[in-house]
Amino acid sequence: MDLSSINPVLLLASLIAASTPILLAAIGELVVERAGVLNLGVEGMMITGAICGFAIAVNTGSPFAGFVMAALGGAALSLLFAALTQIALANHVASGLALTLFGLGLSSLLGQGYVGIKPPPTPKLDIPLLSDIPILGPVLFSHDLMVYLALALVAAVWGMLKYTRAGLILRAVGENHDAAHALGYKVVRVRVLAIAFGGACAGLGGAYLSLVRVPQWTEGMTAGVGWIALALVVFASWKAGRVLLGAWLFGGVSVLQLNLQAAGVAVPVEYLSMSPYLVTILVLVIMSADKSRAPGSLGRIFHASQ
Amino acid sequence: MTASLLAISGLTKAYPGAVANDDVSFDIGRGEVHALLGENGAGKSTLVKMIYGLVKPDSGTMTLHGAPYAPAEPRAARACGVAMVFQHFSLFDALSVAENIALGMETPPPMGDLARRIRAVSETYGLPLDPDRVVGDLSAGERQRVEILRCLLQDPRLLIMDEPTSVLTPQEVEILFSTLRKLTAEGVAILYISHKLEEIRALCDRATILRQGRNVGTCLPAETTAREMAQMMVGTAITPPTRAARPLGDVALEVTGLSLHSPSPFGTALKDIRFSLRSGEIIGIGGVAGNGQDELLAALSGELRSPSDAIRLHGTPIGRLRPDARRRLGLLAAPEERLGHAAAPDMSLTENAFLTGAGREGLVTRGFIRWPETEGFARRIIARFDVRTPGPGTAARALSGGNLQKFVIGREVLQRPEVLIVNQPTWGVDAAAAAAIRQALLDLAAEGAAILCISQDLDELMEIADRFGALNEGRLSEIRPTAQLGLDQIGLMMGGAHDMEVAHV
Repeated sequence: MDLSSINPVLLLASLIAASTPILLAAIGELVVERAGVLNLGVEGMMITGAICGFAIAVNTGSPFAGFVMAALGGAALSLLFAALTQIALANHVASGLALTLFGLGLSSLLGQGYVGIKPPPTPKLDIPLLSDIPILGPVLFSHDLMVYLALALVAAVWGMLKYTRAGLILRAVGENHDAAHALGYKVVRVRVLAIAFGGACAGLGGAYLSLVRVPQWTEGMTAGVGWIALALVVFASWKAGRVLLGAWLFGGVSVLQLNLQAAGVAVPVEYLSMSPYLVTILVLVIMSADKSRAPGSLGRIFHASQ
Repeated sequence: MTASLLAISGLTKAYPGAVANDDVSFDIGRGEVHALLGENGAGKSTLVKMIYGLVKPDSGTMTLHGAPYAPAEPRAARACGVAMVFQHFSLFDALSVAENIALGMETPPPMGDLARRIRAVSETYGLPLDPDRVVGDLSAGERQRVEILRCLLQDPRLLIMDEPTSVLTPQEVEILFSTLRKLTAEGVAILYISHKLEEIRALCDRATILRQGRNVGTCLPAETTAREMAQMMVGTAITPPTRAARPLGDVALEVTGLSLHSPSPFGTALKDIRFSLRSGEIIGIGGVAGNGQDELLAALSGELRSPSDAIRLHGTPIGRLRPDARRRLGLLAAPEERLGHAAAPDMSLTENAFLTGAGREGLVTRGFIRWPETEGFARRIIARFDVRTPGPGTAARALSGGNLQKFVIGREVLQRPEVLIVNQPTWGVDAAAAAAIRQALLDLAAEGAAILCISQDLDELMEIADRFGALNEGRLSEIRPTAQLGLDQIGLMMGGAHDMEVAHV
């Protein structure tokens, strides 16, 4: 065992990259749940985004086009969920589970010709001067564009929910959809938009896995990250800042346990691989012990005539 | 009160299977308080929803300020100066007062300015309110102030109020009425919907009465008795409940030092409740909603377990018994919430009859349900309490509120309880059905049952109860004979020291 082989600067740098997929998926789901919709199909939308992005990036040679397509793919799948729950008034939980199973199947069908191929590399932004700063440079300023986009999204979602009228209406719809309807707000429209945003975010998160993190296509490659993103939203008490913390924690422990595995720590590999899930849930459970609660209409079916 | 503000002519709205409004016409003048009266299902809600733009009429026209008025959505109605305070508060618990008010406005100012305006307007109209408080923490009266302020900040010309006083103490009602009088003095018209006829007589200038979707007449409430108005609503004469002098028996239910924590985070803990209830007696428990009523019912019915000795039935300690064991001993209960607590919404009336009647009516043999007897029991309830329904196979959800309430109360009354606990037995029920339910309770007491009636309707309690007590923050006041009580005393019993805060904050 050789712990000195672990470089803390590299560890921090890869933590930020490792947390990006779960951060993207979770911030999208946060918006969806604040609008009162419980979409359990995050895993399905992520993996659909992963293969859509991968296929387009391989065929066009442009990772940028891949990410755009991944967002569109995730959003398209989420609109299926929107049609089921907002128009056909189907149960949120059952529809979400079906969406995950459907997404997993669809992605392996789409991905049949892409196993074992390398995608075009996503360029890193090398910001002159800033990325040359010791320690801070490699940790903060030498990532690809998606990392910064994810962080910007978290800030934008936080600001929108807290300060804008659109955010207030979204929260109102999630808190009490009957009252929002009585005041004349378009509950279904707000929710469909939120669901599509959540789908696009999940798709981006999936594509970040297949195009940057891994980077290649394997069936079922999201491996439960979508579920952790869901849990993250709940344990973060539906707050954007805590989602960011939780995602970093998850990413940090994931990277750390890989380093520990490489360093040959005398703990069975299985324990190490489950550690990010355990630690994240444990910490967030402790953090969520305040009195904040779920949006009042979360998971309830809205019908305008009532 | 000279020129007409809103004129409605020939409004008709039909839903599949029912005509909610049939050729309704009336008009409201500036500065007028106009009452809209009618039983449940008479079409009042549909009518105001059309005025507020939530529902589109099939035919008919409205004119506002002499110009044609056809709001496509509430937004358009608000833009024309029509505002509405809803019966079931349309508030968002997790949001602050200011955020709630901003949601009801078309172009809200920045939050800082809005908070200042809320303070200013709330002081002008005597409705003190802190804009930064979270609505979930407010009392029912304060929540209503939020709704009213939301309307006032938009300078309404017409204010629609749907059952605004159902959750208020008498003192809070007085504050509300003086606010409304201030508004009418400024020329605002108010369309006021209420079941409480005495209130309408005190407040309203004119009243329009709806029956089965039709306008059946207009009257001047000040010159009409409550009885006459009720008869116009129902179409037939209502017999008020008659109470015969009853001999009181032994103590049937005795509660001593009952203190319990509420199982729900927003609930109220019960603090040292004590009273004794005799056979043949009806005790009425008043108080503003959320002061421990639900917890008291749960503790007495057995949903909440308490120390064994705290509750005694005919001298037997039953505090630790479960509801079914208490039912076997003769203590029955009918909770407030019809759908989901008193009845399972998606189950048929027969199945619902079984749920509480299984033991006392002998509807089970060796674990198997005796369906013919169960259906017979359901049919007896339906026949005896005039429940209007196609049959016992109908789902509870499909019944109107009043009919389901008659069923739920009837189900317990027909099981010959020795002690019956009811919470809000006539909540949201029209005058005729309410009179029938009250008569059934009085008859039951006359046969020797002891009844504890928890209600927010003071008139109801004065009508049927022999003694009256009030719940305030989980404490039960002294229980006094109703015959000696005036409205002022009742208000003080209900509010304790708190009504002072309501008046002067």
